[in-house]
Amino acid sequence: MSLSVKVQEADFDPAELQRSLLAGGQAEGAVVTFTGYVRASNEQRTIERMELEHYPGMTENSILAILQQAAERWGVLAASVVHRVGVLRTGDQIVWVGVAAAHREAAFSACEFTMDYLKTRAPFWKKEVGPQGDHWVEHRAQDTERAQRWGRSSE
Amino acid sequence: MIKVLFFARIREELDCRQLDLPWGNDLVDLDALSGRLCREHGEHWEKVLGQQNIIRAVNQKVVTGNTALADGDEVAFFPPVTGG
Repeated sequence: MSLSVKVQEADFDPAELQRSLLAGGQAEGAVVTFTGYVRASNEQRTIERMELEHYPGMTENSILAILQQAAERWGVLAASVVHRVGVLRTGDQIVWVGVAAAHREAAFSACEFTMDYLKTRAPFWKKEVGPQGDHWVEHRAQDTERAQRWGRSSE
Repeated sequence: MIKVLFFARIREELDCRQLDLPWGNDLVDLDALSGRLCREHGEHWEKVLGQQNIIRAVNQKVVTGNTALADGDEVAFFPPVTGG
């Protein structure tokens, strides 16, 4: 089982990430990937750019812990997360999650679980910058609710 | 020594990224540390660190409630996370 986490300023190529996720594996029957982008507006505010801050060390470890949970629960064969930090602009890719498993059910569930948990556990903070000024994005209760659907976790 | 880190909105509101506090008896646990920061820095810090949704982490693990500290620990204060 191969799990990888990268936090980086640079952009990424989803096709290349998907190829390296598989990396010669023969047992994988399904790959599910998710790519998140910076929206042009949020709650009626126009966004010119986004500044992403994180807690180096804790970020990587908390995402790895999420991937380990997903791998145990669904028998994932390989999983990878790439999350960007720094200054991002509207339309930029911000996060990529890829999960390879023997069958699609496991891959779909593990990918969604990883995103839901990442949104509530991984120490990233978004600041939107737009014509109305700077705005720290507030955590959304519905993100917590989404994560709670997966049941209580050991962490 | 206790390394204290502040992130995102909390860092901006306190205008402070990091403090290195020499280890001492008044840092035995997380509540004692918060108490000392508020005493030393005054009402504004008390207000910021007293926010209900503030998250505290010790050695990069989120802590709910109080917990003992030891010399060399890393403590962080931050708002609810908004990645993804």
